[in-house]
Amino acid sequence: MIILPIIFQFVAGIILLFFWRKTTIQKVLSIIFSIIGLGISIWLFFLVWENGIMTTQSGDWKAPFGISFVADTFAVAMVLLSSISGLAVSIFSAGSMRKERLEFGYFPIFHFLIMGLQGAFLTGDIFNLYVWFEVVIIASFVLLTLGGKKAQLEGALKYVSLNLLASTLFLVGIGFIYGLTGSLNMADVAIKLDNLANRGLVNVTSGIFLVAFGIKSAIFPMYFWLPASYHTPPAAVSAIFAGLLTKLGIYAMLRTFTLMFGGDEFMGDILVILAALTILSGGLGALLQQNLGKIFGYLIICHIGFLIAGLGMYTELAIMGTVFYLIHDIIVKTNLFLVSGLILKINGTQDIRELGGMYKNFPLLSLLMAIPLFSLVGIPPLSGFWAKIFLIQAGLQTNDYVLIGFIILGSFLTLWVIARIWGEVFWKNGVELPKKANGLYFSQMSRIDQFLMVFPIVLLSAISLYIGFGAENIALLSQRITSELMDPSAYIEAVLGLKTITP
Amino acid sequence: MEILLIIIIGLLHAGGLYMLLRRSMFKMIIGLIFLGNGANLLIFLLGRLVKGKPPVMEDGMKVFTDIYADPVPQALVLTAIVIGFGLQSFAIILIKRVYKVLQTDDLDELNSTDEEI
Repeated sequence: MIILPIIFQFVAGIILLFFWRKTTIQKVLSIIFSIIGLGISIWLFFLVWENGIMTTQSGDWKAPFGISFVADTFAVAMVLLSSISGLAVSIFSAGSMRKERLEFGYFPIFHFLIMGLQGAFLTGDIFNLYVWFEVVIIASFVLLTLGGKKAQLEGALKYVSLNLLASTLFLVGIGFIYGLTGSLNMADVAIKLDNLANRGLVNVTSGIFLVAFGIKSAIFPMYFWLPASYHTPPAAVSAIFAGLLTKLGIYAMLRTFTLMFGGDEFMGDILVILAALTILSGGLGALLQQNLGKIFGYLIICHIGFLIAGLGMYTELAIMGTVFYLIHDIIVKTNLFLVSGLILKINGTQDIRELGGMYKNFPLLSLLMAIPLFSLVGIPPLSGFWAKIFLIQAGLQTNDYVLIGFIILGSFLTLWVIARIWGEVFWKNGVELPKKANGLYFSQMSRIDQFLMVFPIVLLSAISLYIGFGAENIALLSQRITSELMDPSAYIEAVLGLKTITP
Repeated sequence: MEILLIIIIGLLHAGGLYMLLRRSMFKMIIGLIFLGNGANLLIFLLGRLVKGKPPVMEDGMKVFTDIYADPVPQALVLTAIVIGFGLQSFAIILIKRVYKVLQTDDLDELNSTDEEI
């Protein structure tokens, strides 16, 4: 049963609802559920790795009539990554989240969010994808507004309105797809769109999808909601948003543009231009900011550009670079926001002008935080390096020299930003900050809470080190994902029942 | 009927976008509702409108011999309406809270998360 991860997260959320005010039980249960969820994802991953693409037809309605769930390598890899990030964030929030938020259903909503994400990764039906998107965004709205601070509400308004607009556009796109093909199953749509004579209308539809997913994944020029909202909620929430929500848009783009609209040259050119501008605007934006959360917010945008760049070039190597980058980015971005949360708890501020002296006071923690920071830049042999190598190689193959220039510029801007953070936060001599009366500082927390906050950073850093040093395995994985994405015939065969495997 | 629906869909989209571009929060949510309804009607229309035809096969038949009414778009629209309703009600509650906390309806004044460095 490939929908087991989804069902499990759903049950986890419901069980947690029963312990509405008992926050300690919720913490323990959420961590246990996340570990079991991770176990299920690993099991599913290896099952698909060995057996190839698996499908489930819900209600045993034969595709293309029923809703199919498809577990290809890409989908299960994303499910696995979301489970890893979910576990890390679950542990981190058990340590850091304030009681007021926990008492209003933080953990149940968190598990519903993970459920929505995994559903979106596993579904093979375009309308069902829309429904999972809505599950994800309604859960994210609640997580974003939970706590009801002034800045949170203001950031949430921007986030909510633009995401609603994106969903509406997505729905319009689905309407067009249905009008064109009379089908909603992505594999079926792929075949029927290929045979369609009216290419203009197909291009319009793919344009609508580009805008809809573009708003969700914050590409240029639709990214303005992201830096306005992502730094407002607590760090644990930002971490799950940064690691997975924008990447969901990228996943949907990769899926639809490879499977359904397969490699249209005009769309590719647009994507390349957007990628260059996204890299530029994200990098420059990050340079200007002083708030740690906002810097990381702009860095998300900058690196979304890299992902789009690979999709725009649309060669085997470029898609492989994108997939590799996606794997690396989910882990590292989640980790970065956890790091910023830890820095906030230690110092009581996220303003890098006020921060300082971290390396002097916490040498070991600082070295730990250096791993995600420098992985992001891509200093060899850390994880970001390999992905960028693939992307640049792909650019050389297709002679996109301008785009290579932008990718190198983006890496350079990231290096500049990270060096600035390292200099200001870790190496600069610290000043005594006035202590806030109501805030709970890291040094005042219990040993268990301190451990709960540091452990997920260790976990994610270890994984990003593995991606860096074991790059061979990840490259193998991305290669297999790419060959499945570039040649969707296996996917289509598996869904439409020529070779159905239902364990 | 199709022509009428097309005009209504166009009007809803145009009106929705116009409302979204206004500065008032209240008009923004109205705009989102218009757009949502426009999208729902669009799906309904793209499922081809037919009158007085059965959506399911009668007993004993193997294939449709005649034009049939496609039930899928209606199921889609129903789902979309329900989802849209939930999201819109959340958005309405949110703008009410924002209005209460920030004491303004003007979106141009909601710039503190952008401007403070």
